[in-house]
Amino acid sequence: MHMRTLDQTTQEVVDLASKHFNVPAGSLAPSDDFFKKLGIDSLQALELLSRLENHFGIELPDYEVQGVSDFRTLAERIQSRL
Amino acid sequence: MKSFSGKALRWEWREGVVELTLDREPANEIGTVLLGELEQFVAATKSFESETAACIISSAQKRGFSAGADLRELYYGAVALAEKERNAGVRDFVERCHAVANAIDAAPFVTIAAVHGVCFGGGLELALTCDIIIADKMARFAFPELRLGLIPGFGGIPRLKRDLGNGFVRDLLLTGRSVNAARAQAVGLVAQLAGEGEALKVARATAAQVTKFDQAARVAAKKFIKPVPHAELRQEVEIFCELFARATVLAALKKFVESTDAMPYLP
Repeated sequence: MHMRTLDQTTQEVVDLASKHFNVPAGSLAPSDDFFKKLGIDSLQALELLSRLENHFGIELPDYEVQGVSDFRTLAERIQSRL
Repeated sequence: MKSFSGKALRWEWREGVVELTLDREPANEIGTVLLGELEQFVAATKSFESETAACIISSAQKRGFSAGADLRELYYGAVALAEKERNAGVRDFVERCHAVANAIDAAPFVTIAAVHGVCFGGGLELALTCDIIIADKMARFAFPELRLGLIPGFGGIPRLKRDLGNGFVRDLLLTGRSVNAARAQAVGLVAQLAGEGEALKVARATAAQVTKFDQAARVAAKKFIKPVPHAELRQEVEIFCELFARATVLAALKKFVESTDAMPYLP
């Protein structure tokens, strides 16, 4: 089975966030703080979590992403569940 | 009263189906206003229950079904009172929540929760009173109460235990994590999955189906399948009130309501 690289996962995370929050993908970088960059709150972050779980077919418990605020680290957490 | 429009919710009865729509910003937090109107709803259903086959509970708020108890109101209401009055006030609120939940749980018509977005804490407890939960695939479910030093107080544990395996109940409660709709369906919490934005539509189709059945059979089946766990519900009230009386809970609530973190619901 094809395994995603961390870069690929990160790009998919950025693309999903861009699409979900209607922000141009080109304006988002892997190291961006997504709370600040997307201007989202905790409930909107949960929407992104659902979007990511549905897309990657995984479960990502809240406590594993606690304190995570950049796309790259979020992608690392996802990668460990793939 | 077959239709009503209040500050936190509205309902409308039509052709044997009553639709109850929660609509209080930002995410249908359950405080005294919403609870008061739920009590009005429960009282009103007595006048039309004999001609009602189904009830759909949904939310008009974009964020979801309900984020749970109004913790800001709970905290600021609690700190304004001396310890004895505070504990009595919390007990009264919890007892009122239980009375509403028990009435919806045992209603002589089929109750359907159409859930989207967040369905947390008291919101999940409200959904759990329903016979059938239909969830948008972006819905999320959680009991975050342990993060505040509490247990769910509106009937959550007895109703979750009634329906689901204890392993999942422990996972949900003891980690406080939220789970997505697919997982909730896999464990039996959610009966049917709907596409994004389609939960209410699916709930209406389900309600239309149940209206076709004989009323006496429907009432008998529900009573047989879904007994209200009264003894455990009483235990829950006592445990909740005992835990709430501790200073650590007020401290945790204070931290939550005063938090400016992006994820304030996480301790």
